[in-house]
Amino acid sequence: MTVWESMREFLSEPSTWSGPDSIWVRLGEHIAVSVAAVVIAGILVLPLAVWLGHIRKGSAIATAVVNIGRAVPSFGVLAIAFLIFVQIGAGIGEPWPVLVALIALAAPPMFTNTIAGIQTVEPTTLESARGMGLTEREVLTGVELPLSMPLIMEGVRIAFVQVIATATLGALVAWGGLGRFIVDGFAQQDVGELIVGAILVGMLAIAAELGLSATQRATTPRGLRVGR
Amino acid sequence: MMAQASPLIDWQWIWRNMGEILDRTWQHLSLTAVSVALGLVISLGLTAVVLRWRRTYTPITWVTGLLYTIPSLALFALLVPIVGLNATNAVIALTSYTLLIIIRNMVAGINGVPEPVLEAADGMGYTRRARFWRMEIPLALPVIIAGLRIATVTTVGLVTVTAVLGLGGYGYFILRGLNTFFWTQILVGVTLSVVLATILDLAFIWLQSALSPWARSPK
Repeated sequence: MTVWESMREFLSEPSTWSGPDSIWVRLGEHIAVSVAAVVIAGILVLPLAVWLGHIRKGSAIATAVVNIGRAVPSFGVLAIAFLIFVQIGAGIGEPWPVLVALIALAAPPMFTNTIAGIQTVEPTTLESARGMGLTEREVLTGVELPLSMPLIMEGVRIAFVQVIATATLGALVAWGGLGRFIVDGFAQQDVGELIVGAILVGMLAIAAELGLSATQRATTPRGLRVGR
Repeated sequence: MMAQASPLIDWQWIWRNMGEILDRTWQHLSLTAVSVALGLVISLGLTAVVLRWRRTYTPITWVTGLLYTIPSLALFALLVPIVGLNATNAVIALTSYTLLIIIRNMVAGINGVPEPVLEAADGMGYTRRARFWRMEIPLALPVIIAGLRIATVTTVGLVTVTAVLGLGGYGYFILRGLNTFFWTQILVGVTLSVVLATILDLAFIWLQSALSPWARSPK
């Protein structure tokens, strides 16, 4: 059986399109957990990062966080989260370990980019803002945040794309998501399911990347836009 | 399926499996080294193209960026019908992830060489080729090596996912530990992967200071 035939066979099964294991259910799970992870990670780390950026501290911590985050394999973070949840008695197949692991992976890029973004605002700009009589709060919300928005949004984009990619590995710790098709495809040596799953995952990741790049451009203040 | 409570670290298991741990270390190291080395060679070629024809930079970063965005599990899967379940599959995917990082840093490093330095080199009678190899590359080295560090550390992490291809290096222990609910195997796999990434990162820092003595901070 060729790859095409095997893909067509998988795509013509009714269970691919309806029921608890359908593409729609898996896609929904994948997006829901990824969005939840990025939103929760943002709520947890952005206020701290904004404050550290404003008082111009923490760039050393930010660098360390990113370096450590890069050295720890995402697959390992998922596996450890899974075993912790199993040990405390969570059911196999629940989304919680995946959600917690994804929050841990989404936090570093957002944290680091926010601190770096706010600190790239020129000291002379801040001096003029203060000279014009802006309060500290106005300096933060009216000058620092808008000027650092491109870098903050870049952190969100990096985090989201990484989370979409890592959520795929959730199927290796007994969860669902689109990675389910790939992991089942490997396990059952079903090339059709494997390739359909891989294409769906790839398309979702690319859509996330392009969508958030557009948001990043849209949130860039007009004065900072480079004519391209 | 019932989860068995197991001790956090079973030292006896580690002793008994020393041979396997060494084999997996070699596998992890060789997959990483081959992929980063191939990535470096391809990136050198593509960077040469970019420096010769500036307008190729955008399409080259676009394509390598696209490759970088595809999740590893999906890329391994997509390569199965083409090359099968083997080390070739792993190396093609892992190499493709290194390209964006290395090329971006190479181009940024070489573009960052100050104009007066180039003028001085021209004034001293350097040919274009000599200027490139003896001025631009050495001065860009810190930025190029920074790219290689990121690529290497990222690759060490991604090698663990090749466990689904029957490889995995330390990822083999993580996958086995997940299937058997055995803490020790997972912790050994994750810890050794972090240690390997750190050692390779430090090796690059040492290499950089050995290759660019002028950049060392005076004591």
